[in-house]
Amino acid sequence: MINNSLTGLGLHLEGLQKHFGSRPILRDFDLAIPAGQFVAIVGRSGCGKSTLLRLLSGLDPAFDGRIKTDGEQTLATVKNQVRLMFQDARLLPWKSVLENVCLGLPQSQRKHALEALAAVGLEDRAHDWPARLSGGQRQRIALARALVHRPRLLLLDEPLGALDALTRIEMQQLIETLWQQHGFTVILVTHDISEAVAVADRVILMEDGGIGLDLPIGQARPRVRHNAALAALENLILDRVLRPEPAHRKGKLSNPEHQAPESLAYPLPGHMPTTLLSTT
Amino acid sequence: MDTKNTLSRRLLVRVAPWVLPASLLVLWELIVATGLVSSHLLPAPTTVLEAGLHLALSGELWEHMVVSTGRAATGFAIGAGAGLLLGLLTGLSRWHELFLDSSMQMIRNIPHLALIPLVILWFGIDESAKIFLVALGTIFPVYINTYHGIKNVDGNLIEMARNYGLSGWALFRHAILPGALPSILVGIRFSLGLMWLTLIVAETISATAGIGYMAMNAREFLQTDIVIFAILTYALLGKLADLSARRLEYHWLKWHPAFQPL
Repeated sequence: MINNSLTGLGLHLEGLQKHFGSRPILRDFDLAIPAGQFVAIVGRSGCGKSTLLRLLSGLDPAFDGRIKTDGEQTLATVKNQVRLMFQDARLLPWKSVLENVCLGLPQSQRKHALEALAAVGLEDRAHDWPARLSGGQRQRIALARALVHRPRLLLLDEPLGALDALTRIEMQQLIETLWQQHGFTVILVTHDISEAVAVADRVILMEDGGIGLDLPIGQARPRVRHNAALAALENLILDRVLRPEPAHRKGKLSNPEHQAPESLAYPLPGHMPTTLLSTT
Repeated sequence: MDTKNTLSRRLLVRVAPWVLPASLLVLWELIVATGLVSSHLLPAPTTVLEAGLHLALSGELWEHMVVSTGRAATGFAIGAGAGLLLGLLTGLSRWHELFLDSSMQMIRNIPHLALIPLVILWFGIDESAKIFLVALGTIFPVYINTYHGIKNVDGNLIEMARNYGLSGWALFRHAILPGALPSILVGIRFSLGLMWLTLIVAETISATAGIGYMAMNAREFLQTDIVIFAILTYALLGKLADLSARRLEYHWLKWHPAFQPL
C-alpha cells in the first residue's frame, strides 16, 4: 500500500473565464473546494466541465481569473501534486505495465510503483504489455500511475465512461477506497449522475459555463447504492439538467414512475439510462 | 494444443516461404535439361551453382562481395543517417518543417539514377560516385517515414506524458521516438532495397571491382552462368539486408500486436 497520510489540496477558483474564439466556455466561475473533499461535476456536453478540469491540471494555461490553493500558492507551484486521469487510459503501448506506472517518477521512488500496482490489484501484470489488458485493467493501471506520485489533488476526466457497468462500479469503489485511505482531494467530471451521487461528497451541476446547482451529498459511507435518498438527489439533479429541454422528453425522464432506482446503472427496456445524458 | 501439433505447425511455418522458390528452381532445371531454352542463354541452375562455387573457391567472389558490401554500407549509413536526422528535425520542429520539407519533397521527385551522367562528371568513376548515388537513393524513404512517423504519434499520449512531467529529451525518448519507430523501420526497409538497386546500376556503369563489375566483365566473355550468379548474389544480399531489418523490427517492436511471433 502507498502509506503516508497525505493531506488534500484545497482550491479557490475566482472569476475564471475561458473563451474558445468568441464562444465563452467558462463565465466568471467561482468555486471553493475544501481540502480532501470528493467533488463530482456533472453537466451536459459543452457545459465547460472538461475545460475546467484542463485548466486545473495545467494542460490549458491560457485563461482569465485566479486559481489558488489553501496556502495561497498558484497552480504552477503545486503542479507535481496534481494528477489527471483521462477518459482513455493513455498507457504507452511500448512500455510494460510497470514502466508505465514509473513514468515521470524520480529514480528514488520507483520502488513504490509495485505498491501502487498492488493497490489497484494488478501487481501480477507488472511485466505485461498494455495491449494485453482489458479496458478496465488499463484504467486501473492509469489510476496506479496517478497515485504513485502521491497527488494531493486527483482530477478524473470521465475515466469510467468507456467501461461496462460492472467494471465501472468496481472502479468507483476502488477510487472511493483509495480516496478514504489517502485523503487527497478528488474532482470527478462525469456525465453519469448516479455515479456522481454514489461516490461524491458534493455534486456540482455546470450550466453554460457557470454553476447551476451545488448539492451536498450528506449520505454516510459506505453507501448503499440506489437507496431512496440517493435516488431522490439524483432525480433532483436530473430534473434541473433537463429543464430547458422539450416538454415530451422532460416528461418521460423526470416522471418518478420511470425512474425506479434499480434502473439507473443497468438500463432496461423502457427505462432511459441516466448515463446517456450528455450524448443526447 | 498438443506438442506434435505445434511441432508440425512450426515446421510448416519454416518451410512455407521456400516452397515457391524451390519449385521455380526445379522448373528452371527441367526447361534447360529438355532443351527448351538454349543453355547459352539460360544455363541450368546446377551450372550457375558450379560457376559460383568456382568463383568462391578462387576467392574472386569474396573480393567483389567485400567491395560491394562496403560501398552499400557506407552509402546507406550516410543516406539513412541524413534522412533520419532531417526527418527528426522536420517532424519535431515547425520551423524546420517550413524551412526544409518542401525542398525535400522537390528533390525526392528527381529519379536519383537520372543523375548518373552528372555524377560521373562530378566524381569520375571514383568510389565516391557510387557512394553518393547510394546515399541519394536511401535518404528519402527514411526521411519521409521518420517525418510521418513523428507526425502520427498519438497526440493524446504526448499530452499525457507532458502532464506527467516529461519534457525535452525524456519526452522524445519515452514518448515520441518509440511511437515513430514502426514507421522509421518501414523507411529503413525501403532504403535497404533501394541501396542494392542503386549499387547494381552504379557498378554496371563504371567500376573496376564489385559484383556489378563481375557481371559486366562476364558479359564481355559471354559467361552467362556468372552473370546469372551475380544477379542471384544481389538477390541474396538484398534478402539478408531485409532479414536484418526484420530482426530489428521484431526486437524493437516486441510490444506491437502486429509483431507477435507466429
